[in-house]
Amino acid sequence: MTTIAPLSYEQAIERYEPVIGLETHVELGTRTKMFCACPTDFGAEPNTQVCPVCLGLPGSLPVANRAAIEATIRIGLALNCTIASWSRFARKNYFYPDMPKDFQTSQYDEPLCVDGWLDVEVEGELVRVEIERVHLEEDTGKTLHLGGATGRIHGATESLVDYNRAGIPLVEIVTRPVPGTGSRAPLVARAYVTELRDVIRTLGVSDVRMEQGSLRCDVNVSLNRPGQEWGTRTETKNVNSLRSVERAVRSEIMRQAAVLDSGDRIVQETRHFSEDTGDTRPGRSKETATDYRYFPEPDLVPLAPDAAWVAELKAALPESPRLHRRRLQEAWGLSDHDMQSVLNAGAVELIEATIAAGASPDAARKWWMGELARRANETGTELSSLTSPEQVAALQRLVDEGKLTDKLARTVLEGVVAGEGTPAEVMAARGLEVVSDTGALTAAIDEAIAANPAVADKVRGGQVAAAGVLIGAVMKATKGQADAKTVRELILGRLGS
Amino acid sequence: MTTDLVRSSAAELAGLIASGEASAVEVTRAHLDRIGAIDSRVHAFLHVDDEGALAAAADVDARRAAGETLGPLAGVPIAVKDVLTTKGVPTTAGSKILEGWRPPYDATIVRRLREAGLVILGKTNMDEFAMGSSTEYSAFGPTRNPWDLDRIPGGSGGGSAAAVAAYEAPLAIGTDTGGSIRQPGAVTGTVGAKPTYGGTSRYGLIAFSSSLDTPGPCARTIEDAALLHAVIGGHDPADSTSIPAPVPPVVEAAREGASGDLAGVRVGLVRQFAGEGAEPGVVAVFRETVEALVKLGAEVVEVSCPHFEYALPAYYLIAPSEASSNLARFDGVRYGLRVGDDGTHSLEEVMSLTRDAGFGPEVKRRIILGTFALSSGYYDAYYGQAQKVRTLIGRDFAAAFEQADVLIAPTTPFVAFPFGSRTGDPYQMYLADLFTIPSNLYGGPAISVPCGLSDGLPVGLQVMAPTMADDRMYRIGAALESVVPQLVPPAL
Repeated sequence: MTTIAPLSYEQAIERYEPVIGLETHVELGTRTKMFCACPTDFGAEPNTQVCPVCLGLPGSLPVANRAAIEATIRIGLALNCTIASWSRFARKNYFYPDMPKDFQTSQYDEPLCVDGWLDVEVEGELVRVEIERVHLEEDTGKTLHLGGATGRIHGATESLVDYNRAGIPLVEIVTRPVPGTGSRAPLVARAYVTELRDVIRTLGVSDVRMEQGSLRCDVNVSLNRPGQEWGTRTETKNVNSLRSVERAVRSEIMRQAAVLDSGDRIVQETRHFSEDTGDTRPGRSKETATDYRYFPEPDLVPLAPDAAWVAELKAALPESPRLHRRRLQEAWGLSDHDMQSVLNAGAVELIEATIAAGASPDAARKWWMGELARRANETGTELSSLTSPEQVAALQRLVDEGKLTDKLARTVLEGVVAGEGTPAEVMAARGLEVVSDTGALTAAIDEAIAANPAVADKVRGGQVAAAGVLIGAVMKATKGQADAKTVRELILGRLGS
Repeated sequence: MTTDLVRSSAAELAGLIASGEASAVEVTRAHLDRIGAIDSRVHAFLHVDDEGALAAAADVDARRAAGETLGPLAGVPIAVKDVLTTKGVPTTAGSKILEGWRPPYDATIVRRLREAGLVILGKTNMDEFAMGSSTEYSAFGPTRNPWDLDRIPGGSGGGSAAAVAAYEAPLAIGTDTGGSIRQPGAVTGTVGAKPTYGGTSRYGLIAFSSSLDTPGPCARTIEDAALLHAVIGGHDPADSTSIPAPVPPVVEAAREGASGDLAGVRVGLVRQFAGEGAEPGVVAVFRETVEALVKLGAEVVEVSCPHFEYALPAYYLIAPSEASSNLARFDGVRYGLRVGDDGTHSLEEVMSLTRDAGFGPEVKRRIILGTFALSSGYYDAYYGQAQKVRTLIGRDFAAAFEQADVLIAPTTPFVAFPFGSRTGDPYQMYLADLFTIPSNLYGGPAISVPCGLSDGLPVGLQVMAPTMADDRMYRIGAALESVVPQLVPPAL
C-alpha cells in the first residue's frame, strides 16, 4: 500500500473540486406510526409501543397513515417539488433483525415528490441546492449490541432489539449532486441541513432534533481535478449534529484529496463519522452492495393525491423561514451579525412572540439574548423552557411603567424562571417595586445629605460627580428599590446644582 | 343422530340449532367425534381445538337460550386452514418454521366467524405456506383424499377440502392463490369458491403472494358456500387491498340458481381450456356438463382468451417473487424456530441455519426462483414481463365478459392423482393449476362445482365471473347442483 501524505484543507481545495450531496431522514411527528395505530412517543420502555403490524407478525398488513402522507406532501411543496399524481410504496429487501419483516416499506422509482430546490445563504450569498426526491418510508427498530468493545455487532455477545421505533414514518430528502461550491462545500452542507431543519420545523411536521435522531443526515462527497469528470463518491453516515455535517465534509475532502494525491483511487463505500476524532472510518463497501430487489409493495394501494388537495396544502404553506427571517430582520432593525446571533440562539420565534405580546423589538431581544440566553447557557437548558414570551412582555411592561428598574427586573425575572409566578406576583411577593413615593424618597435624601455634609458641599460647589455617594446612600436606604435616575435628579435639584 | 348431524349441510344444521332441535354443543360434539374416529386416516387436521370448540358452542347455546337473535350460521362447526391466525391457537402454515407459534391475534375472517357464532373445530393441513397442489409439501405429512386414501386431496388447501368431503366439518375456510381452494374442491367432490380479490380480508392470512391470496369458503353445497361467503366477505379497513363495497348478493343468487333455470344466461366456453391439457376422463365429464347447462336454458358461446396460455409461467414469476419477500421475516429472531443460537454462530449464520432447517424443498425452490426474478438486471425480463402478461390476461377476461356473463372450464386437468406421482417433477405438479391461475391473475371470482365422476373420482366444473360479480357463479353452480347427483365418497 502506498503511503498517504496528509494534506491541509487549503491544499486539498487548491487541487480538487468537491461535489457534495445530502440524504436526510426526518422522523415525522405524527401521533401514530406509518402503517399501524401504535403511538410514537420518544423514550418509552422498550417494546411497549408495538402491535402485530409493526412487529411484522405473520398475517399482519399495513395501512398507510394519511397524516404522514400529508406531511410529506407539505415538505415536498415547501421544497418546491412537483407532487406526483401517482406514487407507490416499494419493498426494499434485506435481512436485519431491527427490521421486523426483513424488508423495509419504502419508495423506489415512484416517489411522492420530485424535482425541487432549496435556496440557502452562505456567507451572504444564495446557493441553490436542487432536490431530487422526497419520499416516505418506515423507520427500523433500534439494536443495542452488548459485550463488545465497539458497540457494533461484531464482537458483541448479546444483541437487544427495541421495536418501538419500527414503523415510525420517515421522510427521506435527497439532493442532486451539488458541484461548484469549492472551499465552501462544508459550509454549504451545513447551511443546507440548517435551512432544511428550519423549513420542516416551520411546517410543524417534525421536531427535527438531530440529537434525538429525528433528523439524520448522510453526507456524500466526491472530488475531481478541475475540468475533469466527477470522482467516485463515498457516503458518510452517523453525522449527528450541524457541526458534524460541516466537519464530516471537510475531513472527507481532506482524506480523499490525500488518497488521490498519493495516486490511489477512492473506493465507493459507506463511512462512519466519529464525533470524537472528527474524521470518517470505512463501513461496509458498496462495491459488494446488497441487491435490495425493490418491487412495488403489493399490500398497499398506489397513492394518487388529489390535485385539489395538493393545491389546498400549497395555499396553506407558511412563509419560508428565509423570507420570514429577512422580514423580521428589517422590522427589528438588526444588523446581519445581530440577526445571526438571534438565529444561533434559536430565539427568533421567542422574540417574535414577545413582540406580539406587546414588548418593543429591542426590549424583547435584550431579554432573550441577554439574561435568558446566559442562563440557558449556564444550565444547559432550552431557552424556551425558561419562561414564556408573555411573561417577558409582562416584565418589560412593568419596567416601562416605571414600577421596576432594569436591575430590579432582572431579580424579578429570576423569580419568574424559578416558578414563583408572574412578574407582577414575584414583584409583589418579594417587595421589589420601585420606591416612587416622593415623600419616602425625600426623607431618605434629607437623611443622606445630613449624614454627608462635606459631600453635599462639594456637590453644591459644582462637583456633580460627588453626588454618587449620596445616591448610593439613598439606594441603600431604599434597598435598591428606588430608580437611581430619579434619585439623582432629586438630589441635584435639592442641592441646586 | 350423530351420523345425520355430520352429513347435514350447514344450512340444515343452522336450522336445527335455531329451532332447538339440536344444540350447538351436540352438533360440535358429533363433528369432534367424527374427527376422532377417522382423522388418523384422513389427516385433514393439524390441530383440533376440542376445548375451544365446545366452549364456543356452549356460548351459542347460552345466547340462544337468552333469546338473542343469532346469525344464519350460528352454532355451525367450521374448520380453518392453518394459514389464518387464530388467537392463542397454534398456527403453522404447514411449516416447521412456525411450529409451536401461537398468534396473539385473530385474522379478520376468524374474528368474523366467531362473531357470527360459528364454531371453530381446528386448523387444517396444507402444503407448506400454501405452495403445492397435493398437501405432499406439508411439513406434517399429507392429507389423504376421502375418495381414495392413496390419492392426494388437492392443495394447498387439501386439509380443508378433505375435512368437508369426509364429513368432519360441514364448512371450511381455504385460501386460493393459484387454485388452492378450487382444485382441492374439484378432486374431493366438494364446492370451493375463490371470491373476488379484495372481497375477503387478508388481514391475518399468512402471506404467500399478497397480490393473489384470496380466502374463501369450502362446503358440500353451493348454498352453504354462499352463506359462508356472506359471513366472511366485505370491506376490512385493516387490509388496504380490501374493496370498500358490500358483499355481492351471493346467497340470493344461490337460491335463485337452485330453481334450475338458466334462461338468458350466456356461458362462455374458453376455447383454450376446452380440451387441451386435460385428461380424457375430465374432458368427457366437462362436455356432459356443458350439455347439462344448455338443458338448463343457458346459451353457450365460445370465447377466446389467447393470453391464458402464458398465465402459468407469469404466475410462477409473480407468486414466487412476492413469496421471496413475504417469507423473509421467518428468520428465527422474533418467533418460531431458531437454529444455531448456541454462541458459536453469527447472526447471519443463525438466520441461515434456521431457514435451512425450517423450510421444505418446495418453499426453498420458490424463494430462490422469486429472489432471482427480482434481482437487479433480471427484474424487467422476469417480474416486469410477468406483470405485463397479467395486464393482458385481465384484458382477455374483459373482452370475454363482453360476450358472456360467466366463463367455464374444467377446474383442474386431472382427477386426484396417487401420492408421489408428481413430486419428482415440479412442472407436472404446477400443471394442476393450469385452469385456475387466470382468475387469480385477473382478480375475479371463480368457483369449482362438483359435476361428475371419472373412473370413480370427482371432477369439478370451474365457473369464472367478472370482479365483484361473485353472485353469478353461485347462480350457475346452484343450477348445476340441482341436476347433478351429489357426489358421496365411499364410507371410511
